[in-house]
Amino acid sequence: MNLAILLAAVLLLALYSYALGRGRALGQTTGHPSELHSRPGYYGTYTALWSVIPALLVIAIWLMAEGVIVEGLVVASLPQAQQDLPNAQLGLLLNDIRNVASGAFSAEQAEPFVRAAAERYNGLRLTSFIGMAAIAVLLAVIGLYWARRAIDPGLRARNAVERIVMVFLVAASTIAIFTTVGIVLSLLFEAWRFFSQVPFYEFLFGLQWSPQIALRADQVGSSGAFGAVPIFAGTLLISFIAMVVAVPVGLMSAIYMAEYATPKFRSFVKPLLEVLAGIPTVVYGFFAALTVAPQIRGFGESFGLDVASESALAAGLVMGIMIIPFVSSLSDDVISAVPRSLREGSYGMGATKSETIVRVILPAALPGIVGSILLAVSRAIGETMIVVMAAGLAANLTANPFQAVTTVTVQIVTLLVGDQEFDSPKTLAAFALGLVLFFITLCLNVIALHVVRKYREQYD
Amino acid sequence: MSMTEDSQTPEASTPVETLTTETTPKMIGRDVSVFYADKQALFDVDIDIVEKEVTALIGPSGCGKSTFLRCMNRMNDVIEGCSVTGTISMDDGDIYDPKVDVVQLRARVGMVFQKPNPFPKSIYENVAYGPRIHGLAANKAEMDAIVESSLRRASLWEEVKDRLEQPGTGLSGGQQQRLCIARAIAVEPEVILMDEPCSALDPIATARIEELIHELRENFTIVIVTHSMQQAARVSQKTAFFHLGNLVEYGETEVLFTNPSDERTQGYITGRFG
Ligand SMILES: Nc1ncnc2c1ncn2[C@@H]1O[C@H](COP(=O)(O)OP(=O)(O)O)[C@@H](O)[C@H]1O
Ligand SMILES: [Mg+2]
Repeated sequence: MNLAILLAAVLLLALYSYALGRGRALGQTTGHPSELHSRPGYYGTYTALWSVIPALLVIAIWLMAEGVIVEGLVVASLPQAQQDLPNAQLGLLLNDIRNVASGAFSAEQAEPFVRAAAERYNGLRLTSFIGMAAIAVLLAVIGLYWARRAIDPGLRARNAVERIVMVFLVAASTIAIFTTVGIVLSLLFEAWRFFSQVPFYEFLFGLQWSPQIALRADQVGSSGAFGAVPIFAGTLLISFIAMVVAVPVGLMSAIYMAEYATPKFRSFVKPLLEVLAGIPTVVYGFFAALTVAPQIRGFGESFGLDVASESALAAGLVMGIMIIPFVSSLSDDVISAVPRSLREGSYGMGATKSETIVRVILPAALPGIVGSILLAVSRAIGETMIVVMAAGLAANLTANPFQAVTTVTVQIVTLLVGDQEFDSPKTLAAFALGLVLFFITLCLNVIALHVVRKYREQYD
Repeated sequence: MSMTEDSQTPEASTPVETLTTETTPKMIGRDVSVFYADKQALFDVDIDIVEKEVTALIGPSGCGKSTFLRCMNRMNDVIEGCSVTGTISMDDGDIYDPKVDVVQLRARVGMVFQKPNPFPKSIYENVAYGPRIHGLAANKAEMDAIVESSLRRASLWEEVKDRLEQPGTGLSGGQQQRLCIARAIAVEPEVILMDEPCSALDPIATARIEELIHELRENFTIVIVTHSMQQAARVSQKTAFFHLGNLVEYGETEVLFTNPSDERTQGYITGRFG
């Protein structure tokens, strides 16, 4: 609440600085804005940025540091007995203090030392806030004053503003990179802990996956088995089935849309196909489990085949339908991008439409099509919901699409749901799986991007 | 408008008729009109294309030169809403006869486009494209021979013989255009249509193509659309001048350029419009 007021104040100050900077720049001319190096608005923005950015930076850094420092001080003021508590209990205690401080718990029921600490906590926070507000506003005013003094008609305000804008953009784009790095590091760290308990080669090459760790040492399967081959095989099998569905259907509909359909029909059907990608995967999961799987079972049994009620085929088929638009939409774009002159060249040689498509257009568009297929594959590998619902959880090592299999993502989910200890091999295995999966999809994406880029160069 | 047209046409075609006694017309267009949807782009064109000669189509842009050229191998068929009336015949057969196979027709009437458009395949495969489609080579050796002779006739062989497997798109603009010519002649067409084949090329590459057109004339009937009157004068024996969708004047190139009978032709070649 107070913070909102502070931010509003800083922003108001920014507006004021804008007007001030602009006015001052104009005031230094004999009346015509073209005497200035930059347009007047840039001087306003320049001044505003100078007053806002330092203030906001201080607020941001302050808020990040505040929690730790204030808690440190509060802990330091606790009685010695509490200070010596193990970390986990100390955390709980701090939670209590914070709750009392914010009024979520009534102070009467709390122990006296908690109450005292809560008061101290509130006091510290208030001091801290006042300090922060004072410094922020002071900085804003100094920045404003400094920028205002710097303004003269020769000041290259536009270039300065452009530079600041660029810094912002760079910062924004690094957020994604840092997040990725963070994810990879946490995966690596947890996976490392897993591999210190389960040998790397056993994980990668083991044929047995049963991650149940027994509660008592004498229980059956007490050791657990972490051979990831069956689940990677399951992932492969389901992705393969999905691609067998999605690639031909997607490619052919792309060819139809790009080469045969009238523009009107295309503009109608393409968004419609893309809706397929927007259906929540849970809904596909219902469809796979309740409609497709029984059909397949019935169909298989009429041939005397033994079909599990949850089968790789059901999940794969439905997943294939889901990723059709990934293939069709991108391929359609790529095929349409093949220059008209190539088509005419081919027709001019006496080639028919289908000859032209097969011999000229598809080869020309191939890299882009491969790119779209690879993106679809990485989508299929990462898909979880449909598999949970339709393919089951049994880690069978099989190439028979009528059997239940499981995939990497499904195993990660089942390993992590529910109450878990975060240092047992069972939960840590999820991170190892995640790491391998991440690595695979990363490779696929890199290849896809590379291929797509190569394709772009072709016509430029 | 149609009055002047009527009075012009007999005059314009007179030199052709005197010539046809010694040379045979390869293609004959009569009353050719073209409509794009409802818009008429070409009005009752009558023309005789003489065998083993170069016929240039000139005129200000938008006058229908490309449109007419594309009628001659029915490339207009692929344009939606485009319709052609009148007759165009080739060796006594109407090419717009429903019984005519467009595939066959285009094997006989090849085309080279304004912008070089090699396929993103190897040089070899570019030239082999037509022969493969039409099944002209029984084996690899025959195909090699066709590719080599086509590239030689397009005077490109010496430049590319060591890199037949490299992509055709990697050649220079002028080489690409000669590759497209080689591609067109690989199927042994009788007529080659060229739509401003030099407009995307520099003067040196242009000169090479013009030289090539001279050589090709021995074996092929060539119809070339050009923006440049100098080029028409250099490469062609016959010239047709189009204006606003009408064939205004058609005759010996020399006559047309030195002594045009229509004042619109006069105006165009002296640079007063277009
Ligand atoms: N695909 C098309 N659709 C509609 N109108 C066209 C099309 N192609 C050409 N035209 C029209 O036909 C006329 C003749 O065009 P074109 O034959 O390309 O002229 P030129 O080649 O002599 O410059 C122009 O008015 C042009 O706008
Ligand atoms: Mg043209």
